[in-house]
Amino acid sequence: MLVPFFSLLRDAGLKTSITELLTLLEALSHGLAETSTEQFYYLARTTLIKDESQFDRFDQVYTAYFNGLESLFPPDPSGVPDEWLEQLRALELSDEEKAQIEQFGTFDELMEALRERLEEQRERHEGGNKWIGTGGTSPFGHGGYNPAGVRIGGRGGGRRAVKVWEKRQFRNLDDSVQLGTRNIKLALRKLRRFAREGAADQLDLPGTIAGTARNGGLLDIRMQAERRNTVKVLLCLDIGGSMDDHVRVCEELFSAARSEFKNLEYFYFHNFLYESLWKDNRRRHSERIPTEEIIRTYGQDYKLVLVGDATMSPYEIVYAGGSVEHWNEEPGSVWLARLLRHFDKSVWINPEPEARWEYTPSVKLVHELMSERMYPLTLSGLDDAIKALR
Amino acid sequence: MTQKKFGGTDRYVATDDLTMAVNAAITLQRPILVKGEPGTGKTMLAREVAAALGMPLYEWHIKSTTKAAQGLYEYDAVARLRDSQLGDERVRDIANYINRGKLWEAFDCEEQPVLLIDEIDKADIEFPNDLLHELDQMEFFVYETGQTVSARHRPVIIITSNNEKELPDAFLRRCFFHFIRFPDQETMTEIVKVHYPDLKKNLLSEALQSFYKIRDVKGLKKKPSTSELLDWIKLLLAEDIPAEALRAEDRKAIPPLYGALLKNEQDVHLFEQLVFMSRGNRQ
Repeated sequence: MLVPFFSLLRDAGLKTSITELLTLLEALSHGLAETSTEQFYYLARTTLIKDESQFDRFDQVYTAYFNGLESLFPPDPSGVPDEWLEQLRALELSDEEKAQIEQFGTFDELMEALRERLEEQRERHEGGNKWIGTGGTSPFGHGGYNPAGVRIGGRGGGRRAVKVWEKRQFRNLDDSVQLGTRNIKLALRKLRRFAREGAADQLDLPGTIAGTARNGGLLDIRMQAERRNTVKVLLCLDIGGSMDDHVRVCEELFSAARSEFKNLEYFYFHNFLYESLWKDNRRRHSERIPTEEIIRTYGQDYKLVLVGDATMSPYEIVYAGGSVEHWNEEPGSVWLARLLRHFDKSVWINPEPEARWEYTPSVKLVHELMSERMYPLTLSGLDDAIKALR
Repeated sequence: MTQKKFGGTDRYVATDDLTMAVNAAITLQRPILVKGEPGTGKTMLAREVAAALGMPLYEWHIKSTTKAAQGLYEYDAVARLRDSQLGDERVRDIANYINRGKLWEAFDCEEQPVLLIDEIDKADIEFPNDLLHELDQMEFFVYETGQTVSARHRPVIIITSNNEKELPDAFLRRCFFHFIRFPDQETMTEIVKVHYPDLKKNLLSEALQSFYKIRDVKGLKKKPSTSELLDWIKLLLAEDIPAEALRAEDRKAIPPLYGALLKNEQDVHLFEQLVFMSRGNRQ
């Protein structure tokens, strides 16, 4: 009973367990939801789902199942198997060819054409100029060149797709990455600063002995508070665009920092810091936090750590309106200067290899803005960064 | 065995899904985890369930320093040490120095009680894991005296969380879950009526409109919630403010006594600025 419903929930990515299914069945056998389907819905939800952010997904599966529909959440959003889309090579095109490709016109036409072609196409494809696949000049697929193209899975070669269907793009950094974080944790450990804080709930042995001795042998218990790491860290991470190449190492850093510092606050930005940042990449357009507010909220004793490859056009840093995403009233360099003025200690950690820094003007610029406090994201670089933070 | 059913009280409006979750928890004798914005009545729920079903209530309020073992019992070694120096006879029996926690008290109750574990997310991240067995089997072992304490009647356990920390999966699997959504205007009218039955209709609708308008202001640090609305209406009644005064605020002034709704000076400041700006636009 209800097993197909259960497996549909699992397919939809809900982490419902067998125990919970059994609980639901037990509840049903007690006659808890005898009178209406609505009651059954409430009962199923309270038993199976333990996170309100999953309610919506549960509702969809519920509707789908009880209306007799199936496979609501196919494993791949585009319906195109991954192996079709393995990236093979970058594409070199002449200007005439590029001009030819522009013919596809508006976004709607493009999406309509994509739909039709997905229906027509039945096998993996690469090269050529019509089918979805890799390395070609068709407007669909990836790794190829088409100025008005739609990217499906894989990595963009020219980064010019109108719509990115790649799921990874703006996902939040995963802080559960364990591999390789140990070394980083060890490096971060040097930033600890211990102080006794909170309620006195530990026996202070030396204090007790001294106190008892002074009391002429009559017990004098001394208590003290636990030692805690009181260092406060404000972490700002660059996300998306050229940072895609560094997602893994940034996740490792983020994971390690999350577990090492109790007072860790983190924000995301794209390419450079402007008047607002955000905490959740899924809601980066609706829920932004003004940089002013961050300066007001976090005291100057927070250590400011900026993580980004600083690889962009220098305009994005020094000119008003230079941001690639929105119109910024004031140049990014002004905002960076404000943050640096507020926080006593700050560093910029750059995942790009140090050897490449001097060939990118924007990296040199940021390096100067940070008064040379830019360090590579390597263990020795982290060590140096932490020295600068102490 | 006849089961008692909870269906809201004359002071507490329970939606259908909440009723179902509570009744499922009572019937299957498993804990229920209640989440929701602050001020939506999570703690009140336990008190009302206890009142409605005529059960005694035990409240265990969790703080950041609370340890799971404190809910079971604490062995006061320091008191025993001191007594031993003073030659007190009590010192011979270790049981004299075992202080019972809330969980023990609830387990030991003569009739089936309600146990509220309030704001479980305030405690250390390992806290819920330390209670897994106790909540599952409803028994625990006292090492000092070698006795096993098991519940006479499995209590109805209501756990609240403000979502400050994520709770472990293993813990969630053992609970029923309910998320108290912020009430819509209709439910809210009902809630206010339950608290202030004599409230004039027009004052209520004006107050609700102002209230939802303030909630919609973007960038507030702490949005006003149900409990703040109820406080505000209480103040409005105490000051005898007519409904017309509330309507006038749309155009000219900030709502009277809005300090009851906004609890943060930055929010108050932001709100005043917004009202000031909208006033400027109209002239």
